[in-house]
Amino acid sequence: MPFALLKHGLTRHRSVPDVFPEPGELKDSYDIVIVGGGGHGLATAYYLAVDHGITDVAVLERGYIGGGNTGRNTAIIRSNYLTPEGVKFYDESIRLYKDLSNDFDMNILYSERGHYTLAHTDSAIRTMRWRAEVNKHFGIESELVMRDDLMKMVPQLDYSEDVRYPILGALYHAPGAIARHDAVAWGYGAGAARRGVHIHQNTEVTGFEITGANGHAGRVTAVKTSRGTIRAGKVLQAVAGMSGHVAAMAGFRLPLKTVPLQACVSQPLKPFLDAIVVSGSLHVYVSQSSRGELVMGGSTDPYGVYMTRSTLDFKEGLMMHLLEMLPFISEVKLLRQWAGMTDMTPDFAPIMGETPVDNYYIDAGWGTWGFKATPVCGKENARMLATGEVGDLIQPFALQRYHDFNLVGEKGAASVGH
Amino acid sequence: MKIMPCPLNGPRNISEFACGGEVEHLPPPDCDHAAWIDYVYLENNTAGVVREWWYHTPTAYWFVAERDTRTDEILRTWPAGEFLAEFGEGR
Ligand SMILES: Cc1cc2nc3c(=O)[nH]c(=O)nc-3n(C[C@H](O)[C@H](O)[C@H](O)COP(=O)(O)OP(=O)(O)OC[C@H]3O[C@@H](n4cnc5c(N)ncnc54)[C@H](O)[C@@H]3O)c2cc1C
Repeated sequence: MPFALLKHGLTRHRSVPDVFPEPGELKDSYDIVIVGGGGHGLATAYYLAVDHGITDVAVLERGYIGGGNTGRNTAIIRSNYLTPEGVKFYDESIRLYKDLSNDFDMNILYSERGHYTLAHTDSAIRTMRWRAEVNKHFGIESELVMRDDLMKMVPQLDYSEDVRYPILGALYHAPGAIARHDAVAWGYGAGAARRGVHIHQNTEVTGFEITGANGHAGRVTAVKTSRGTIRAGKVLQAVAGMSGHVAAMAGFRLPLKTVPLQACVSQPLKPFLDAIVVSGSLHVYVSQSSRGELVMGGSTDPYGVYMTRSTLDFKEGLMMHLLEMLPFISEVKLLRQWAGMTDMTPDFAPIMGETPVDNYYIDAGWGTWGFKATPVCGKENARMLATGEVGDLIQPFALQRYHDFNLVGEKGAASVGH
Repeated sequence: MKIMPCPLNGPRNISEFACGGEVEHLPPPDCDHAAWIDYVYLENNTAGVVREWWYHTPTAYWFVAERDTRTDEILRTWPAGEFLAEFGEGR
């Protein structure tokens, strides 16, 4: 292996695999136009082609594919949510994730680590017990472990009692995993492109042509882009932090706010932390990537901006809390810090399905928790676009739920845990 | 550190404040369902200049700030009374 590397290093003309055949010009019309080339948009295009044989599809991406939150997240995959709707939905996603490397013939480095959500108070223990019971009811491996057992399972943590938030126990979710997020975007994109889907990068959607009374109960007929107007049979928007902006172009408002979420990684270290560890009270989570970097994050910024700037406030707060959990990393250097713009809903659940515009569908409200949902979103969006039928798994997440005061309260399991 | 010019306490670290959302009209009590949903849940989520309620936590003081959500710049602040006198209950 080292010799092969050396040989390639010395060869002048390395063949770079052509993952994305460039589709060239925009066609005049497509059966289905997907706005946003993140994981969700690309997965939808992939399953349209694979499951339904529909390939007259364009994915329009204003930057480069996977350059949004799909390429910025900390890649935690789990299904130990709080509501039955959430648990069933995310569990289906995990099932699909496990086969993705095979489906793509590309290694997405799916790595099961075990996911621990620490409890530092009696009320947190109560919530963990509640979550464990809901999870088990749906056949998901999830249990409450108390401090003595936890000390054997995750010995790296500081279990002292003279700290601000002593560790009392944790919700343990064995299937909790991480994966290589870029590979997920590329795998879906390449698979879709190979089957004839057009992926247009550097193509920004700037508006829609909609028939009918002031946008409401109308139909979308065409999509305006920075490279010209194209006719469309059906449209799906999947633009994360820009959801409110794009929905406004289609004539309706959404119950979400765009707020940055920041993260950072340390310099690479020898493998020492197998588990994914989250603490809601300390507002931190950490895992070690297969490259050895500690991947760290916390809660969203305290107020919304349409920017991906990094702040010192975030870094200071995060490190202060992380050192309470892992004091021995105090000399370790940070390598990178970055942010993504997340689309936060008031109930911490997504918005999927139909909209006030007839043939216009939405996949939004993914906030800080949507990477793990990429496969199931693609699958369900594709089914909805192909058949017009909204599947049982996504029905509870309809935009209409706000109108009916029928929210899906997922905050207890999604706010810091992602 | 990001500094918020508080009308009561002067320039303070923004971590001392909480954002209370865009200044909006409270619909009348007999408004229809749609208007109420609109007020309770729907957001303008503006990419641009917004006027918002802000709260200085240590002194329990509400005021209005104008800022640009594209550049993270705070443009102006008003004591709540002055803002309402100038703009009424409106934006
Ligand atoms: C720091 C961070 C950590 C996170 N950690 C986790 C985690 O551990 N686990 C987890 O499950 N989730 C996590 N998330 C959330 C997750 O990343 C997102 O919910 C998910 O990636 C959303 O995917 P998407 O395809 O909907 O959006 P994106 O990947 O953001 O794709 C949307 C695309 O739309 C494009 N676009 C926008 N406007 C237009 C337009 N007008 N025309 C054309 N294209 C447009 C954008 O350029 C972008 O590429 C995290 C997010 C962040 C920021």
